[in-house]
Amino acid sequence: MAKAATAPAGAFFANWRQNIIYIGFVVIFVIFAVTLNDKGFLNPNNLLNIVRQTAMIAVMAVAMTFVLSAGEIDLSVGAVAGLATVTVAMAISVAGPLGGVLAGLATGLAVGMFNGWLTTKIGIPSFLTTLAMMGIAKGVAMWISGTAAVPILSPGYSWVFGGGSVGPIPVLLFWIALVAGIGHIALRRSGFGRRVLATGGGETAARYSGIDTASIKFRVLVLSSCAAALAGMLYAGRLQSGRFQLGEGDELSVIAAAVLGGTSLFGGKGTVIGTIVGAMMIGLINNGLILMGLEFSQQLIARGGIIILAVALSQKTR
Amino acid sequence: MTAPAPVAVRMTGISKSFGGIRALDNVDFEVLAGEVHALLGGNGAGKSTILKVLNGVHVPEEGEIVVGGNPLAAHTPEAARAAGIAMNFQEMSLIPTLTVAQNIFLTREARDARGMIDDADSVRRAQAIFDMLQVDVDPHALVGDLGAGQKQLTEIAKAISQEARVLILDEPSTALSVSDVERLFVFLRRLKEQGVAIIYVSHRMDEIARISDRATILRNGKHVITAPLAELPIDVMIEHIVGKKSKGLADVARGDATRGEVLLELSDVTGPHKPEQVSFALHRGEVLGLAGLLGSGRSALARVIAGIEPAISGEIAIKGQKVVVRRPADAIAHGIALVPEARATQGIIPAHSVADNMVMSVIGRISPWGMVDRPRVRAIADEMIQRLQVKTASRDHAVSTLSGGNQQKVVIGKWLATAPEILILDEPTAGIDIGSKAEIIRLVRELAQSGKGVIVISSELSELLTACDRILVMADGRAHQMLDRAELDDPEETDPEHALQAAERRLQIKIQEALSIKEANHG
Repeated sequence: MAKAATAPAGAFFANWRQNIIYIGFVVIFVIFAVTLNDKGFLNPNNLLNIVRQTAMIAVMAVAMTFVLSAGEIDLSVGAVAGLATVTVAMAISVAGPLGGVLAGLATGLAVGMFNGWLTTKIGIPSFLTTLAMMGIAKGVAMWISGTAAVPILSPGYSWVFGGGSVGPIPVLLFWIALVAGIGHIALRRSGFGRRVLATGGGETAARYSGIDTASIKFRVLVLSSCAAALAGMLYAGRLQSGRFQLGEGDELSVIAAAVLGGTSLFGGKGTVIGTIVGAMMIGLINNGLILMGLEFSQQLIARGGIIILAVALSQKTR
Repeated sequence: MTAPAPVAVRMTGISKSFGGIRALDNVDFEVLAGEVHALLGGNGAGKSTILKVLNGVHVPEEGEIVVGGNPLAAHTPEAARAAGIAMNFQEMSLIPTLTVAQNIFLTREARDARGMIDDADSVRRAQAIFDMLQVDVDPHALVGDLGAGQKQLTEIAKAISQEARVLILDEPSTALSVSDVERLFVFLRRLKEQGVAIIYVSHRMDEIARISDRATILRNGKHVITAPLAELPIDVMIEHIVGKKSKGLADVARGDATRGEVLLELSDVTGPHKPEQVSFALHRGEVLGLAGLLGSGRSALARVIAGIEPAISGEIAIKGQKVVVRRPADAIAHGIALVPEARATQGIIPAHSVADNMVMSVIGRISPWGMVDRPRVRAIADEMIQRLQVKTASRDHAVSTLSGGNQQKVVIGKWLATAPEILILDEPTAGIDIGSKAEIIRLVRELAQSGKGVIVISSELSELLTACDRILVMADGRAHQMLDRAELDDPEETDPEHALQAAERRLQIKIQEALSIKEANHG
């Protein structure tokens, strides 16, 4: 919250429920650092790996923060990311890297505008619109790629979008910083961000105050699909190919990251910094559980339990 | 008055209908710059409609609006705002998840050099407005965490911050303390000196008398009178407001209630917000009315008895036995039923059938082995439809297809299915046509005669007077005075309609008295 930023440290702990994500992040980090030290948890390479693995989730989660803050939801992000990997890879093979980037952005814009139009003009709840879009995007990706991986043979593209690194620092970290920085300022300080929070906080009141709430909802859904397309471009660059399976199931991690970070599923409340920390926390947990040598089934159970615990602690007691 | 002040707003020949009902009929309304103009009228008189027309929310079918000498270009909120009109919406325009300062300047935030919102500036300006009003509201606080009074001050600050030429205040004081109202008045007088035209709506005659220069009274969508306040003593105002709108109710026979044992007794019951230390007894066979203005704690009292907002202190006894009501289920088990004020959200599930709505309160009782006994559902629904004469195509039609009056009967039927001994009806006739109103009042009388204890809350005094044997006047969450219905009758008056009007005027005066006594207490 804007207020907490200027408040003294005492207020940080007084509002511990609001800040549980930061406290939880530190606690989990310390626990893993102590118990998994011999397995190389603190090794810089491992830590950078966590960043690489969570970059796409983080990018999508920043946009999801806007969607949830406006009182909507976007379930199609994972599938749209997968579709974008395919369109990007195919476009690069005929039109080069620039064509690929344009194709990726066009994919995001087209899907987002369609989602937004269905939600605000036809009046289908975004939950349903984007649930249906999840299947459509995946189907299109499978169809145009013939369910096969499409290789990307442009080293330049791969370096910029996810594969490269500057010295030891992966390019993906710059992407996270860029998206998080723009997102944070847009939500906290821009007129658009304030209108998003107002729309989700009280739609009727927002309309009475002269806010075009339908247009706000349309725009957050477009934003979300474009972020998903960007995440797809990063997947494609990192793995040097386009595959419909990429990003599959990401929507759950993305929503969990935002909610862990303190964004309300009911709208009106959201923070981009919290979302980034939430995404990192999910990455941290995944990484730690793997290092612990848990089986995949055990990882799923442990991850679910930790997320429920964190969100439960952040709820106001009744 | 010195030199004639310029006209700030002139509305001429305004007409507006909703679904065939004429809410405004050729109404003229004029407000001068630098005056506080009171707008008065009972429920359904057209006050809020004319304000919404002025504010651009409703488009009138006929009529012209001139603001500051220029006709309004369009009937939209934006056009009204551009013309310098600002209005407080009763808590409708506040967003609970934003801070006070963010709410006040929503969509009008100051921007810094880079085009970003300058929240610090909003806080400064909000603080300046609260300083000017000399009230204590934290601009940093989240609106959702505020009490009703602070929310209302935020609404007022939001309207004031627009620096309008015409400021509309619709019931601005319902949740304010006496001292806050006083400070608001000091501020309004200052605005007045600056030539701002202020339209002030309130049901509190004492406030009107203190702050306004002139008053316009509407009744049944028609203009009744506009006059300087000096020519309108309170009893004359009330006479104009009441008029002859009691038609259709006067012929409901009240009959003689045979009061039986005490069914429900409250001793010093205090709720989480309101009421405060309310005591009374409800007898078998009587109808007890709760009278008071918005925010007087009538509905809160009903919610406490029905276990929706359980009491925090005091005792509730049923037939002499002390009981604890912590949840609605407790109340139902004790034979208490509440027909709530917001029918559409608290009373019915609109998309469900008449039958399903009617058995909602007794699903547990009619589901042996966990399966709903369908023949019993049909039997209950048919019995209630017949008993209450619900007009519906069938018991399987969605409640949303019924008229307002019949929807209300479904809610009443739902609660009668629980076979309650104590029935509380909160604004049972709100939004219902006059014919159905009389029918529901008659039903209330019949229920009392069949040996139930009934509590009725209504803002329409003529209804309370028609339905009730005793009336409890409430103000500011407290029980002020218990009146016998007969006390309000004038033995000289024989014409039933005139008698009802006379009684309404007396009750209206009692309600206003309760307010002034409250003020005296607060000092």
